Amino acid sequence: MENTKHMAPSLTSRLFHSEDNLFQLAAITILTFALMSALSFDTFFTLRNITSMSFLFPELGIFAVGMAIAMLTGGIDLSVVGVANLASILCGFMFIRFFPADASATTIVLFIAAMVVMVLLIGMICGCLNGFLIAVFKVPPMLATLGTMQLFTGISIVITNGQAVVGFPEQYSAIGNGSIGPVAIPLLIFLAILTVFSIAAKRTTFGIDLYLIGTNIKAAVFAGLRVKKLLIFAYMLVGALAGIAGIIISSRTNAAKADYSSSYILQSVLVVVLGGVRPTGGKGTALGVLLAVLALQFLSSGFNMLRFSNFAKEFVWGAFLLAIMVINYYTNERRKT
Amino acid sequence: MTKYLQKTEFHVFIILVAFSLVCGSMNAGFWSALNIFSVLKSSSTVGIMALGMLMVIVAGGIDISIPAVAVFAVYSTAKYLVSINYSGGILLPFAMATVIGGLLGCVNAFFISKYRLAPLIVTLGMASACTGFLRTFIGSSVIANLPQSMFDFSRATILSVTQADGSVARLSVAVVVLAVVTALVWFLMNYTTPGRGLYALGNDPVAAERISFNNKRIQFMAYGLSGALAGITGVVHVSLIRQANIRDLEGVEMEVIAAVVLGGTAITGGRGTVVGTLLGVLLLTVIKSSLILMDIPSSWQKVVIGGVPILATVTTSLRKKSF
Repeated sequence: MENTKHMAPSLTSRLFHSEDNLFQLAAITILTFALMSALSFDTFFTLRNITSMSFLFPELGIFAVGMAIAMLTGGIDLSVVGVANLASILCGFMFIRFFPADASATTIVLFIAAMVVMVLLIGMICGCLNGFLIAVFKVPPMLATLGTMQLFTGISIVITNGQAVVGFPEQYSAIGNGSIGPVAIPLLIFLAILTVFSIAAKRTTFGIDLYLIGTNIKAAVFAGLRVKKLLIFAYMLVGALAGIAGIIISSRTNAAKADYSSSYILQSVLVVVLGGVRPTGGKGTALGVLLAVLALQFLSSGFNMLRFSNFAKEFVWGAFLLAIMVINYYTNERRKT
Repeated sequence: MTKYLQKTEFHVFIILVAFSLVCGSMNAGFWSALNIFSVLKSSSTVGIMALGMLMVIVAGGIDISIPAVAVFAVYSTAKYLVSINYSGGILLPFAMATVIGGLLGCVNAFFISKYRLAPLIVTLGMASACTGFLRTFIGSSVIANLPQSMFDFSRATILSVTQADGSVARLSVAVVVLAVVTALVWFLMNYTTPGRGLYALGNDPVAAERISFNNKRIQFMAYGLSGALAGITGVVHVSLIRQANIRDLEGVEMEVIAAVVLGGTAITGGRGTVVGTLLGVLLLTVIKSSLILMDIPSSWQKVVIGGVPILATVTTSLRKKSF
């Protein structure tokens, strides 16, 4: 059959020969895990630590998937954390104002479901603003999202006066703290998102169109793609993902605040770049993002056990980001020759 | 005449005048010497950084590491000078911070020019690395016993006006630093070959190389000077508030970018002027201070500073379409 030539390569050949350095990345991830286990065996290599990590990294992972979508199109979205905080603050207000104190179980579930939908909508509206600025007004993504980051955070500060919003109902906190069997719910959400992303990116027209926009936007226009619509839709998706991350953060910590988790901006860029997504667009895989977020979480938890301060971690993340990009540069150079 | 009417600087100037007139009519305190001097003083820190950012943006890049670099430079300078009981003049602190800032800027330039990496991501990483390094290895507590010359700098004035109510308004010497930096950057960007190279590089890197500009060297100049000016800003800022705090200047990069873009600089590079940038800085400072005069809660500042550059870019892109 002629078709066999075009069949998808097997998983192993993809891992070993793909351009995305997935095999190297997998090795790095496993080595990090082994190293951290060796350095603090009694605390790191325990079920308790692994469980606690499985509650933590999905947040970063979801931000990173959003960042990856923006970067696939050749852009970036620095406003993700701002969107997440704004959405969860508004969600908190709704809970405080309208949540029935002694409602039946069904009402509670319905109410929480409605809140989740609302958060997704808020995320999409914020993302739509980003996409509109970028696609229609041609504001460079970095400037547009740097501005909207400030804008969303500013709005959050104005409506909360900088205070934390507390008073989420108990049932809501199950999203961030509960688990089904041994598996944390945030982890399940993250894996579901990752699966959808990986299928959508490689197997749907929308995903492939985004790759084309990131590879060569002029070619995409001449190929007849409706680039503006696609870009707006992509940033709406990023916003929705940020909203989901916001739900997980607010339900895990039972609070929402304008300046929560701002360190996730740098970290999600780091994860995406480490995961082999090309910052200029057009290249990147879901598996890469997963491996990178795992590697980063192993490092982060390991550092905690070695009593690294948060400041030291800040230094390491920044230096790590620069180092990864330099390494990518050299591997790409070598491939060219 | 129409040549001037179409210039972005002219539009910004008109907006600045109009805005000031509106504010002045709503609040008599706006035109007082005290308020004008305070606007000039707070313009000077953002202004010095904005001139560095102008060079980087004109050359087609961006530098969001400047607050981190500024704090790194001035905090480590202050820490060292305090440890040796320094009692000399103000020149050494300025020189040290300028050199440290310049070197950090060159690190940015190294990654951006040698490996052709995205400036935004490099400077994002550098900002995190600098802040983390400073807080881990150099120190994190507030330094209040600064060298005497820095205290003297905060008190030094170049002009004092006795107001109607008998109080005396003084113009800080920080304005002189801004003036000197402005003159140097203006000369560099308009009358020297490397300065014109910034525009050439920002417009078209390939063309710049063909007419024998050394793009890498120009990038080193842009980011190095941006870092050096951030160092100077750090010393001015710390001297004015009389203590060195690692949390200072956080988020000021947005204000600086807003001012530069407001002044008609193309964020994609190749276009932008010193005069426009200064007008942008003034306009932004006036907007900020009028928020206070009009009793708008300071929490709105972030919203305004985020909105301004977006609006400015959107109007630029709309105008480009209409011509």
